[in-house]
Amino acid sequence: MTDRSLKIRGLVKEYKRGVPVLKGIDLDIAGDGITAIIGPSGTGKSTLIRCINRLVEPTSGQILFQGMDLAQLKGAELRAARRRIGMVFQEYNLVERLTVMENVLTGRLGYMTAFKAWLRKFPPSDIEEAYSLLDTVGLANFANQRADSLSGGQRQRVGIARAVMQHPEILLADEPTSSLDPKTSVEIMELMADLAGKRNIPVVVNIHNVELAKRFCGRMIGMTGGKVVFDGDPSALTDANLKEIYGGENWIE
Amino acid sequence: MSTPDATTAGMNAINREWRRFTFEQRFIRFAFYFIAVAALVMSLRHIEFIPEFLYDAPAQVQDFFARMWPMDTAYYGKSVHDALIETLNIATLGTLLSILLAVPVGMLAANNLVPFAPLNYFAKLILVSSRSVNSLVWALLFIAVFGPGALAGTLAIAFRSIGFVGKLFGEALEECQRGPIEALTAVGAPKASVFTKGYWPQVKPAFWSIALFRWDINVRESAVLGLVGAGGIGMAMDTAQNLFRWDQVAVVLLTIFVVVILAELIVTYIRKKVL
Repeated sequence: MTDRSLKIRGLVKEYKRGVPVLKGIDLDIAGDGITAIIGPSGTGKSTLIRCINRLVEPTSGQILFQGMDLAQLKGAELRAARRRIGMVFQEYNLVERLTVMENVLTGRLGYMTAFKAWLRKFPPSDIEEAYSLLDTVGLANFANQRADSLSGGQRQRVGIARAVMQHPEILLADEPTSSLDPKTSVEIMELMADLAGKRNIPVVVNIHNVELAKRFCGRMIGMTGGKVVFDGDPSALTDANLKEIYGGENWIE
Repeated sequence: MSTPDATTAGMNAINREWRRFTFEQRFIRFAFYFIAVAALVMSLRHIEFIPEFLYDAPAQVQDFFARMWPMDTAYYGKSVHDALIETLNIATLGTLLSILLAVPVGMLAANNLVPFAPLNYFAKLILVSSRSVNSLVWALLFIAVFGPGALAGTLAIAFRSIGFVGKLFGEALEECQRGPIEALTAVGAPKASVFTKGYWPQVKPAFWSIALFRWDINVRESAVLGLVGAGGIGMAMDTAQNLFRWDQVAVVLLTIFVVVILAELIVTYIRKKVL
């Protein structure tokens, strides 16, 4: 069994020179379970998650995963690392004009040549797996429907299926429930907890709903101003902590 | 667009004045209209049209139509039909060739696909040079190289179309949603797969729409190319005109008219069905 922990050391990201959004983040995310990152908008939660799979280029620092420094990878090595990091997005980011099945199968693109992908020559085992995943997320009857015909919750299920198709060793989720209604949000969190639990992989999720995070996550990380200000068990998160993370207090019930 | 900022507006709450344009904007607008009218007056004085030619225009037009009627319908079977087929071939082959050449250039021009400004500008230079030369001029160039005939016509159509197809295709690529592209990048897909599975599904409707529209234009353009000797129906018209056979010219004009309408109908039909 490979070491599935993620170690972030001194991570700094500056979009504008001298204006760091992340001001030296140190984090260890080990084993399994869901880790929630909470914090006000614009505090760098998304940037942090996107630095891990390099959708955003870190300015400095290390992101150690399975003995590699993700921050240093280039070209084919970076692609090989990315295919083991699943990602779920707030706006689902499906290819709208492709069918649900094709969208799920895009999770395998990192494992096949562009030519085979173009000819849609997916291995039968992949297609079988995609079908069983669609069963799991409750969309078996939608396989040949276009992604743009689905509702938000259904799209996010496809997004999760696509990420799981990668056989990821860590799952990142960037505000996966922020565009969804409360009931669907819970269902989506349950689905991620379920799938990640079965596969024994860690999940890192950015989330705005503190109650939802407390309910599903084994660990909470509070960020404000580009720094980690809270890190611990959800039960240890007090109103004082929340005040420090978000500022103000009138919003706390 | 002048929105006074909130604090000053609050202070002179009594005397709030709203104007659609600032003083500078009004001045620029006035200057624009003034120059436009001045240019119209100057150009009217410059072209020196001769009124006498206008007075007998109705008679000339009448005479013209009298010479055209009755049409020499036998001329269609004799030389118009073959020329028409050649015109359609020139338009179709020229469009296909232009697509082959324009797609890579359009991709280079799209700054989200190729995030390297010098290459973008290079591609845009190719596209602009293709468009800035009229197809008749391209035809003259290719006639000089390959001699008169359909080959020169096809290449003229193709080279004129590169700019059009490439520019619109490149712009369609640039308008692609960023999200799905990001998702496929995050999956670890090779660049080529990101293109075929991320960009292509998004630009496919635009691509077919551009290709059909350009074919439609090229049918019309290739009808004229014969006038400079680049093959097709224009050559039949040129010959008839040089022999003052207006009854034959009328046949050619009617044929072109019918073909252009048919092309339009076909393109509209396909677009409705496919897109």
